[in-house]
Amino acid sequence: MDTVWPQVERLLMGVQKPARYIGGEQGAQAPVHGDGQAAWLLLYPDTYEIGLPNQGLQILYELLNERADAVAERAYAPWTDMEAAMRAAEVPLFSLENHLPARAFDVLAFNLSAELVYTNLLNLVDLAQVPVRAADRGPGDPLVVAGGHCAYNPEPLADFVDAFVLGDGEEVVGEITDVLVPWLAQPVDGADGDRRDRLDLLRALAGVDGVYVPSLYQPRYDGGRLVATEPRFPGVPDHVDKRTVADLADWPYPKRQLVPLTEVVHDRLNVEVFRGCTRGCRFCQAGMITRPVRERPAQQVRQMVSDGLARTGYDEVALTSLSTADFSGIEATVRDIVDDPQHGERVSVSLPSLRVDAFTVGTAAQIQRVRRTGLTFAPEGGTWRMRQVINKLIREEDLYAAVDAAFGQGWRRVKLYFLIGLPTEQDDDVVGIADLGKRCVDIGLRYHRSVTVTASVGGFVPKPHTPFQWFGQATVAELHRKVAVLRDAARGTRGLTIRWHDPEATAAEGIASRGDRRVGAVIERVWRDGGTFQEWTEHFDLARWEKALAAEGLSLDEVVYRHRHPDEALPWDHISAGLHRDFLWEDWQQALAGAGLEDCRWTPCYDCGACTGFGLEHVVASPVPPAGGSQGTGQDLASGDRIPVDLLATRPARTP
Amino acid sequence: MSANLRFRYTKLGKIRFTSQRDVARMWERAFRRIGLPVAWSGGFSPRPLLSFGLALPTGAESLGEYLDVRLDEELGADLGELSLRLSALLPEGLAVQAAAFVDDDESSLQQEVSSCCWDLEVFGLPLNELAARVERLLDAPSVVVRRIRKGRPVEDDLRPAVRTLTVLPTGGPWQLRAEVATQPRGVRPGELLEGLGAGLELARARRRHQWIERNGTRWEPLEVPGAPHAQERAS
Repeated sequence: MDTVWPQVERLLMGVQKPARYIGGEQGAQAPVHGDGQAAWLLLYPDTYEIGLPNQGLQILYELLNERADAVAERAYAPWTDMEAAMRAAEVPLFSLENHLPARAFDVLAFNLSAELVYTNLLNLVDLAQVPVRAADRGPGDPLVVAGGHCAYNPEPLADFVDAFVLGDGEEVVGEITDVLVPWLAQPVDGADGDRRDRLDLLRALAGVDGVYVPSLYQPRYDGGRLVATEPRFPGVPDHVDKRTVADLADWPYPKRQLVPLTEVVHDRLNVEVFRGCTRGCRFCQAGMITRPVRERPAQQVRQMVSDGLARTGYDEVALTSLSTADFSGIEATVRDIVDDPQHGERVSVSLPSLRVDAFTVGTAAQIQRVRRTGLTFAPEGGTWRMRQVINKLIREEDLYAAVDAAFGQGWRRVKLYFLIGLPTEQDDDVVGIADLGKRCVDIGLRYHRSVTVTASVGGFVPKPHTPFQWFGQATVAELHRKVAVLRDAARGTRGLTIRWHDPEATAAEGIASRGDRRVGAVIERVWRDGGTFQEWTEHFDLARWEKALAAEGLSLDEVVYRHRHPDEALPWDHISAGLHRDFLWEDWQQALAGAGLEDCRWTPCYDCGACTGFGLEHVVASPVPPAGGSQGTGQDLASGDRIPVDLLATRPARTP
Repeated sequence: MSANLRFRYTKLGKIRFTSQRDVARMWERAFRRIGLPVAWSGGFSPRPLLSFGLALPTGAESLGEYLDVRLDEELGADLGELSLRLSALLPEGLAVQAAAFVDDDESSLQQEVSSCCWDLEVFGLPLNELAARVERLLDAPSVVVRRIRKGRPVEDDLRPAVRTLTVLPTGGPWQLRAEVATQPRGVRPGELLEGLGAGLELARARRRHQWIERNGTRWEPLEVPGAPHAQERAS
């Protein structure tokens, strides 16, 4: 198929940010398509700015293009103005490298990192001029696959996606290619027995570890309640396990990170320092499904940083992971990076997701030499009680010591992340967020004449494969009420700002988070009703979702707000992240009892299943927990709620 | 000793859809990769001291863009070789045509440049109608266009800024060649088309020259050695 660049070019004078559609990034490849190859189109179902930095897609992009039997190009969701122009001019979805129409590819592979992009997936398949429902696709249509964290509850997209990939993609994309290439060699129209049969392909894919083919499974209901999701054919596995790469040292990717020509989020060098997290925060799906912890060797990190800075010309590198301060020897690693004369004087290192203690702030101060703008912490819960329930074991004294260190080292803005609508949460816990914020302001005023403390609150959405998967999500009304309680409590404190995530969007996220296969029709209705870019406030409207739910005989009460019964089948019961259901249930009971659980990296194994089930082990260089402790290891938790005396005499809640 | 280094470069092909800010970042990254001793501003949020001339509208190509870079120290390097290395590091479509040190006391590119030459590919009207409209614009004492500035509708007279405007003898899409003044403010290709009335669409715009004019003579901020207009479309 020929390039559609001439048609695309004509549209670009009339759209916002046309650089989104031109490709040409440093690191972009120029694949030559040929016979005997599987052609992959890697898609991120949100805008270019959000999607380009995604490291998962960049890793797979390189790995596939290294293979002789595969090529890979990229595409992102065109913004609404471009989509309208494309539809009017009948220009299909296109790739950015060769500007080929999407139908020139054999696989449309989506990264799903958030639920609210699901309608965009449908829209992109439609823009690709491929039938939106998997059942309507024929032997000449591309295969639609999806991976990423959202694949752990694949059921809401089961009707639209041919195959899901669970877990790390590095190895499995090659195995899928191995299955595809001989199938593609068969003609689309041939004699019986010598032409492509899509069911053959799907059954072969179901034989690849980590691949879930939803059309080979049937959900069974009893009076509107899910009873089980079972294979429809013999030989199809009754449950699908995730894939895990055992050692990150074998995968020093991306080797040529894409450097965009235009502004994107996280516009910097990114080097992944470890995968997995065992802090055990009970609300956190990422921490549960990516276990065990696998650290990259520090020497490899340094090498990837040096090579990456020299190649890209970036002056900022982020060491990425779910909790980078936990990387063994993090201080030495960052010191080496900033002190390396090859990197010049202005290289700054950013550590996303700072651990909340003074020690970590010290490391941050040492490396953030250039611009000391704001520092972000995520206590998640406003009171020690709440933090024990969610197993985010940050003691009050550590929290205030961290904030004190931040203001003391020159920062003037501190941002704090919290969740509301958590299990067992009382209004006292919500007010606790404001009290905590006020004390942070007081600490800041010891060092500066004016400071800004921002408390950002998001509504909690229970996620599959976590101890909170049984919990009924807080209603929109309840979240609004809690936001009002918090704003009341914070009113009159100069320097304290409360921000909150739209409770309506939280509800919609809940639909896709724990919905079953019936939710697919809801997503399709919302999409057909024009509901794309649901993560963007200007395009989001909960009424659209409620209308679609009602049309399918469902409701927010049923799908989102309802507590799940312990004996009830969950839509993701046949999908395994390795975690034993018993472990999750036990941890849920511990949560309700307000009991914390230490990080298992340095303490005995709880047998959650992530290591033992797959014969894996944590790959952690340090034999001891970090100085300052972690999740209770090496800490006295009995004093967790003790507020430093000098902060007790805080100002009255309201100024008259 | 600090120094001021001026580059002249092209912006052609797909990369024309990037913005002026985007191009600034491309240069910054290229300078870091070759270790050019770029000076930085002081203050709370230091920035490298790069100064571009008249902003090129996103979507427009150019055969003559300029960039002044403040250096912390003088360079021993051969500027020809430096230009080649930078061109190799810059994305496809950006290429250095010339580099030279300029005096510290020269005022900024933005203030110096007094007019620009443009080639505009347009479609939507028959050739005779286009020619008639061009004539009408040139004969008119004033050509008022409306635009939004700082959120408010304002009216501007384009006519004084239009120095020359001709229809080139090419096949469709039709080509206009224009020279427009840049002071007190620049006229964008889109505005020029608006001044020609409804029905015209801009397919492509390419800035050919930027001129500095004083006392009846004019020159470019940096001359290109050899043939200046032999550039081809990069896409």
